[in-house]
Amino acid sequence: MSQVQEFEKALANSETSVAAFDEHGTSLVKRIQHFLHSTPAAVPLIVLVLSIAVFGVTIGGRFFSSYTLTLILQQIAIVGILGAAQTLVILTAGIDLSIGVIMVISAVIMGNCAVTYGLPTLLAVVIGLAAGAACGLLNGLLVAYMKLPPFIVTLGTWNIVMATNFIYSANETIRDADVDVQAPLLHLFGLNFRIGTAVLTFGVIAMVVLVLILWYVLNHTAWGRHVYAVGDDPEAAKLSGIQTKKVLISVYTLAGLIAAFAAWVSIGRNGSISPSAAVTDYNLQAITATVIGGISLFGGRGSILGTLFGAMIVGVVSMGLNMLGADPQWKVLLTGVLIIGAVAIDQWIRKVSV
Amino acid sequence: MTQEPILTARGLVKRYGRVTALNSCDFDLYPGEILAVIGDNGAGKSTLIKAISGAVVPDEGIIELDGKQVLFKSPIEAREAGIETVYQNLALSPALSIADNMFLGREIRKPGFLGDWLRMLDRPAMEKRARDKLTELGLMTIQNISQAVETLSGGQRQGVAVARAAAFGSKMVIMDEPTAALGVKESRRVLELILDVKKRGLPIVLISHNMPHVFEVADRIHIHRLGRRLCVIDPKQYTMSDAVAFMTGAKLPPEAALAA
Repeated sequence: MSQVQEFEKALANSETSVAAFDEHGTSLVKRIQHFLHSTPAAVPLIVLVLSIAVFGVTIGGRFFSSYTLTLILQQIAIVGILGAAQTLVILTAGIDLSIGVIMVISAVIMGNCAVTYGLPTLLAVVIGLAAGAACGLLNGLLVAYMKLPPFIVTLGTWNIVMATNFIYSANETIRDADVDVQAPLLHLFGLNFRIGTAVLTFGVIAMVVLVLILWYVLNHTAWGRHVYAVGDDPEAAKLSGIQTKKVLISVYTLAGLIAAFAAWVSIGRNGSISPSAAVTDYNLQAITATVIGGISLFGGRGSILGTLFGAMIVGVVSMGLNMLGADPQWKVLLTGVLIIGAVAIDQWIRKVSV
Repeated sequence: MTQEPILTARGLVKRYGRVTALNSCDFDLYPGEILAVIGDNGAGKSTLIKAISGAVVPDEGIIELDGKQVLFKSPIEAREAGIETVYQNLALSPALSIADNMFLGREIRKPGFLGDWLRMLDRPAMEKRARDKLTELGLMTIQNISQAVETLSGGQRQGVAVARAAAFGSKMVIMDEPTAALGVKESRRVLELILDVKKRGLPIVLISHNMPHVFEVADRIHIHRLGRRLCVIDPKQYTMSDAVAFMTGAKLPPEAALAA
C-alpha cells in the first residue's frame, strides 16, 4: 500500500457514504430534457404525431385515412432514403451536398446501360450502384486523406457530378415507355400493392427496411459505434484505436451507394429518367429531413429513426397544407421554422448532464 | 539493473517544422517498475510518450520491445503489442456509454451466426467485463454502466480511462498526468491503482508534474530536459528540490545518474 502523505490523513475520517442530494433539481422540465437526451428520436416522433393530429383534426377523415397517409410515405420515399445516407455522413460531423446529384447520375447511368446500351437490367443496376459508390469513395478519400472540410469537398463534387451528368447524358430524357419495354426491372420500386385502402410501393418498403438495417448497424455493430465515436471526438476516437480514416471513407462510400439505390427507387417513382432532375435540391431536402430528425450537425448524436420521422414530418406538413389549399410557400416557411426549432432543441438537449 | 529492459529507445528524434521536440532521446523501462517521467513544459515529454505509444512516428531512432525492434505507425499497433496509454485528454467518446468506451476499437461480438454474420456486439458480455473491472479497481460508484461518459464527473471519467488501460495492457501502461484533474481523494485512489497495477507485474510509465506523487510511487525518475533524457535518478537518494533543480537546469546532475 502506498504511504499516506500528511495532508491526506484527514481522509481517514471522511464520509464514505455515496453523495446524496436533495431532489430539487429534477423538475419536470429537467426530466423531459434527460429523457430526450437518452432518446434522441423522441422529439421528431412527438412532432410527427402532433402534426398528424393537428391536420387530422382540421382536415378530418380525408386526411386521416390510410390512403392519404400511405400516399405521404410514397412521396417521401426518395428523400427518406437520401436522408438515411445523409445521416451517416452527418453523424461523422460531416455533410454531403453531392448526394442528390449522385442519385441523378446513377439513375442516368442505370437507364443508359439498360435502355441505350441494351445491357441486362441487373447488370445496369449494378453499374449504377458502383458509380454512386465511386462518387462517394471520391468524397471519402478527399475528406479522410486530403483532410479537406466535407462541406468544401462535397460542394466541389456536387458541381463536378452535376456537370458530368449533363455532359454525359446530353440532357436527354429516357422515356417511361422505353424503360417499361426494355428494362421493367428498373421500375421495380414503383410497383405497389394494396392493403385495404392503403397503397404501399416497394419503394416505401425499401426505405423502411433500409432505415431499420442502418439502425441495427449503427447501434449494434462495432462499425456503427465507430461512426458515432468519430463524429463525437475524432481525436479521442483515433487515440482509442479506431481507424478513423477507414471509417470516414466507408461512410462516404456507403452514402454514395445508398444514393445510387435511391436512384433505382426514383426511377420506379418517376417512370422516366431525366438528367435535369439534377437541379432539384434533393441534397437540401435530405439535410432537412436529417436535421428535423434530430441528427446533430456537430456529429455523434441522434438516431437514424429520427431521420425517417423527419422526412415524414415534411411529408405530412406539405400534404396537409396542400389539402387545406394553402399557398405552397407556407410549406417552405414551415420547413424553415422546423429546421431552426430542431437545431434549437438539439442545443438545449446537449446541455443536459444528469 | 540485472534485468533486461522491457522497452528501450535509442536516439529518438522528432521535429515539427523548425521545432525539435525530441533530440536524440534515450529511454529505458524495466519489468515491474514504475518509471516517472518529469520535465518542464515543452521539454518533449509528451512527444516521447507519443512516440512510444504510437501516436507519433519518430523521424529517427529505434524502439525495442522485449529485445525486438518495433515501429508503431499508429496507437492501434502499439496496443496490439500490449502497450496501453491513458492520455491526458482521456480519449473517451462523450456520447458513448462507459462499456462502449472501454471496448472501443476491440469490441466483443456475439458468438455464432449473430456475431459472425450480423456482426452483432455482445453488449451483456462487454458490460459485465466493464463492471467487473470498475468494481475490482473500486474506483467509483457508477450506477449504470450504459450511461454516457459525458454524464460522469471528471474523476469518474479518469477512472474509466485508467480501468480501460489496466484491463487491456499486457506489456506496459503509460499514464499521462493521471492525477492532474483530480481531487485529493481521487488522486489517492489513482495512486493506489497505479501500485495495484504494478503489483500485477505490469510496468508503468507515469508522466506527472506532481512531485509528491512522483516521489511517492516511482522506482526511478527519468528527468527530461531540452528534448532528451538528462538523467535517471533514484527517488530515495534525491530530494524533490534536487529533481526540480535538475530539470530546470539550476543544477547539474551527478555523473553516476547520467550514466544510468
